[in-house]
Amino acid sequence: MTLTKQFIALRTIFVKEVRRFARIWIQTILPSVITVVLYFVIMGQLIGSQISSVNGYPYIEFIAPGLIMMSIITNSYANVVSSFYSSKFQHHIEEMLVSPMPNYIIILGFMLGGIARGITVGITVTLTTLFFTRLQIHSIVVVLFTLVLTAALFSVAGLINGIFAKSFDDISIIPTFVLTPLTYLGGVFFGIDMLPNFWQQVSLANPILYMVNSFRLGVLGISDVGLTTSMSVIIGFLAILFLTCLYLLNKGIGIRT
Amino acid sequence: MTDHALSIHGLSKIYNNEVSALDNIYLKVKMGDFFALLGPNGAGKSTLIGIVTSLINKSAGKVRVMGYDIDTHFSQAKSKIGVVPQEFNFNNFEPLMEIVKSQAGYFGLNKGLALEATEDCLDKLGLWEKRKDTPRELSGGMKRRLMVARALVHNPKLLILDEPTAGVDIEIRRSMWELLQTINMAGKTIILTTHYLEEAENLCRNIAIINHGKIIVDTSMRNFLERLKEESFILYLRHPIQNPLNLQGYSYEVLDGRTLEVTLSNQKTLYELFSVLNQQGVAVLSIKNKTSRLEELFFTLIKNSSG
Repeated sequence: MTLTKQFIALRTIFVKEVRRFARIWIQTILPSVITVVLYFVIMGQLIGSQISSVNGYPYIEFIAPGLIMMSIITNSYANVVSSFYSSKFQHHIEEMLVSPMPNYIIILGFMLGGIARGITVGITVTLTTLFFTRLQIHSIVVVLFTLVLTAALFSVAGLINGIFAKSFDDISIIPTFVLTPLTYLGGVFFGIDMLPNFWQQVSLANPILYMVNSFRLGVLGISDVGLTTSMSVIIGFLAILFLTCLYLLNKGIGIRT
Repeated sequence: MTDHALSIHGLSKIYNNEVSALDNIYLKVKMGDFFALLGPNGAGKSTLIGIVTSLINKSAGKVRVMGYDIDTHFSQAKSKIGVVPQEFNFNNFEPLMEIVKSQAGYFGLNKGLALEATEDCLDKLGLWEKRKDTPRELSGGMKRRLMVARALVHNPKLLILDEPTAGVDIEIRRSMWELLQTINMAGKTIILTTHYLEEAENLCRNIAIINHGKIIVDTSMRNFLERLKEESFILYLRHPIQNPLNLQGYSYEVLDGRTLEVTLSNQKTLYELFSVLNQQGVAVLSIKNKTSRLEELFFTLIKNSSG
């Protein structure tokens, strides 16, 4: 398959994915907005008003980048895992499998779909945030890099979950029991310097900490970890997950008998 | 350039539960052929199709499509195949137009070509009026036609149909036959699996029968049908039979006054039978095979091969 044809195949998956989540925007876009509004009202205004500033920022402003990042993580993951598993469940994944497109195009197509939903939700949530607090952008480059790479990473993670999933229960286990705890413990609501030394060290093993902090650095200019370390962790995880995913699809695991 | 649209060498498939679905299969399908792949349920037909179309991993063997090895030249091989699976496998929430157009996109057709091919296929399959509907709004026959339209959109050289007329009414089945014959006459190779044996008999020039994962017949339809040692016919007579019949050398039964069932060995001809009947003043109005000839042979063969 020539590069031009591969690009056409990639665009086809991408357009299909965007159409899918846009068609059901009440299920895909709106819930994150409502969740973030609740967080801002409860954590930001009611509880946050009782907390003194964190790293020189009001609490509501401190948690804003983390909440945006949390929405991007959960949505890019959810988009791919649900779309890929439904296509397995309804067997229309076979439309792609019988075609001549290489497996990396399938991964990239779903990944771009996940990034698109992550960014769409990210923008929507950011606009919602502006109703509650002001947001300055310290570095637009860091913001964009972190946003796209994190969405890409969790899209591929969602794809791996979708590959192994055998029932609809399987697509909610990882988000519920792994993703949500890691996100909550990843510094969305606190800086790790607020933790005892032992838990600070434990937190450093949580990859989401690096994404939240990198994004916070881009928005507020403050971070618990260095930018190079954060970017290395994100890119490293993305590369590992992408290659794992490619291996699984090439072997036909979860998709071929 | 190869003469074969499909060639299979030593193909085997053993599933994880140790069940052997295909056992060292060799098969060749000529370019332009209309080929029947028959066998009882669970014989291995769908496994074989699944391997050729890359939906099932093989355990051993080689498969070539239009001369391209599906392992080493998978992209070239897959671009030549259009497949109509047994089960409906489309997104039930997408409009027909999008389903077919996306398939064209997966095969690398640019926007203009994809749109043109989609319109053409939906039109040919009588689905143009339904293009904005989703599959949920279609009848079973329309869903089958949608799968054929989707399989044809990238203009494949080899069309594989896994029971394309299952569960559709006779009118749609006939129109599907006409369509498939037209497609075949246009130069495409067709491999058909079906449980309607008269369908295979009417459409296909060559035949393979698979049972317990092994090919037990691989020949032309004509050669295969010649194996039939006897054939039963139902004869509809112009007038009721008045006197007892004397059909020596024939096995027969009078079903009712104007209907006769006669079994003919392959040593005798219909001309001879008609002559004997004529001598006794019996005029035949029309005649039909009691069962499809292929059906008779198929059952005998499957029974024998199953031991």
